[in-house]
Amino acid sequence: MLVLKRTVPVIIAFVLGITAIAIYFIPHQKAQDLNETLALWDRIIAAFAFFLGMYSLLYIHGQRIRRRQAGWGYSAFVYVGFALMTGTAAYNRGHWVLVAPVPGGAYDWLFDYVFIPAESTMFAILAFFIASAAYRTFRARTIEAVILLVAAVIVMLGRVPVGALIWGQFPALQEWVMSVPNMAAKRGLLLGVYLGAVATALRIIFGIERAYLGGSGE
Amino acid sequence: MTKTRLSIMLAAALAIGAASAWVDEPAMAAEPSLTETTGGPSAAQLLPPLPELVEMSDLPNDNGTGLVVTWTAPDTTVVPKSVFYRVAIGTSPDGPFYPAGEVNARLGLRASSNPAIFGWSPKNEGLQFLVVRSYLVPSAAPGGEPERVGIEPDRTYFAQFSVVSGGMEATLSNVLVCAPRQNWFMWTKLNLFVFLVFVGVVVLVFIELARRNPNMYIRKIAGLDAVEEAVGRATEMGKPVYFVHGLEPISNISTIAALNILGPVARQTFKYETELKVLNNDPIVLAVSQETVQQAALDVGRPDSYDEDKVMFVASNQFSYAAAVEGMMVRERPATVLLMGYFYAESLLFTETGGHIGAIQIAGTDAYTQLPFFITTCDYTLMGEELYAASAYLSREPKLLGSLRGQDLGKVVFLGILALGAILELVGVHWFTRLVTPL
Repeated sequence: MLVLKRTVPVIIAFVLGITAIAIYFIPHQKAQDLNETLALWDRIIAAFAFFLGMYSLLYIHGQRIRRRQAGWGYSAFVYVGFALMTGTAAYNRGHWVLVAPVPGGAYDWLFDYVFIPAESTMFAILAFFIASAAYRTFRARTIEAVILLVAAVIVMLGRVPVGALIWGQFPALQEWVMSVPNMAAKRGLLLGVYLGAVATALRIIFGIERAYLGGSGE
Repeated sequence: MTKTRLSIMLAAALAIGAASAWVDEPAMAAEPSLTETTGGPSAAQLLPPLPELVEMSDLPNDNGTGLVVTWTAPDTTVVPKSVFYRVAIGTSPDGPFYPAGEVNARLGLRASSNPAIFGWSPKNEGLQFLVVRSYLVPSAAPGGEPERVGIEPDRTYFAQFSVVSGGMEATLSNVLVCAPRQNWFMWTKLNLFVFLVFVGVVVLVFIELARRNPNMYIRKIAGLDAVEEAVGRATEMGKPVYFVHGLEPISNISTIAALNILGPVARQTFKYETELKVLNNDPIVLAVSQETVQQAALDVGRPDSYDEDKVMFVASNQFSYAAAVEGMMVRERPATVLLMGYFYAESLLFTETGGHIGAIQIAGTDAYTQLPFFITTCDYTLMGEELYAASAYLSREPKLLGSLRGQDLGKVVFLGILALGAILELVGVHWFTRLVTPL
């Protein structure tokens, strides 16, 4: 049993990891066909995994409703939303699921006039959260905080028309801040990130890192 | 060949012969002769100067579906704006030939602009090129749309090269021939391959060295040291610990790094009998998280403490996930929130809500766009590679510590290459930059 849980997955990770690296360097059509096959397998696994997630979601919320836990009304709403969207998608304007989705039905209406506005609302909250985070952060208590404050003011004013009205050089200064010190810091960070990613990937491929198997990995 | 075309060919040949007697240049007969295919002025008056050394070859480092046609670039101060060079492809030397592509004589790309195909030779500045991957075949049905047919590997193709201006077209009489081949190695990525092998060897060597000397030094990472303190705080307050995964699936390295942190965090919460909730955005990450937390309960000898319902799938959509997690935070008011993985715009939504409820927040991400938000709103932040180092840091396993050391050596080498390359570029030496440039 341990062989199935530990050894076989490590072998699969090794073989597929080396294959994926090799495909990157091999332009031959056979390698590209293999790449497409692997990508297709990945999508198939993700599709099956979707059912796993759906079961978990409905089971958790079903338990909350059954036990009348605090906030069970929200769980009931999950069921309502799930039933509504699934039902309208399956109905498909009377054509049901055996044909491609027919545009202009209830599903499209719910998506365009309920789901998208709700998502946009969540995104819009970010503007207020950025303002509140900025208010808390931009207090000049240390040298680093002062530098952060000055840079933030330059970038903010340089990116809006009123900044150019206040001082004509703000846009150019903002451009310099973003393309020189900011770019340098970003590249330094990314250098470490990508090397770390390569080292972590190599550890996974060679079976040194096994956290993705779940458990302690030992 | 029609009588009209034959007479035009003869007229052109006479005109070229006459013109060549007046110019002090190598005889045109040494170059491919030009065939006019439409009526109009003779070829010699059509487009001076005409392209020379027209060649067709296999496109290198590909899957055999490309051909590249090159010719000597014209003098752009002399050639009119309306001149085009056209390539037509056929599968037999006598045709028919189908349009494959054309470029403006003045604006055509120089070979020096594409070192991936032509390399870095200074002679490339004097060549223009056109890459051909398909050609247009007229539809068999009358009035139908022409069909684009791709170049196939290991099949011999023949090409005609034409010069076009206004309504006139003149075609070079010699037909170009080439059979594209599939390549087994992309030589333009040789430098990347060498770097990859170098980093891999260094990491493996240091892993081996770490086995022999397990006491390797690793600097303090405040965010990881604070995990125990944060779990302790949640225990004292009797509030849960939230572990929030990022949006990326299990195939992303940062998600795997987050799972490496989940194990030790789960062990600490079970040890202190603190409630842990793990919120997932991806079903496969959910399955691995459940296994990880369950194993952690077994490791500390509290298998009954594991509750599968506490490791839950929340939503796969970005803002649905954000809304659900925020709602849970506001209702349950966890004392500690750990945000590990790759985040997008929802990062600030999480951290601001966590700050509003007074939770201690530890974030770890390699998403450089979200790092500023985490740094300004969280108590501790693991930046980029600190997230990847978490497994080595928390477990102190020699193999993992060794790989960190190897990674650091790789970084030193790359920084040295960057510094050397920058100095050489400043003094006008370009070969080093070209050596390491990914193509």
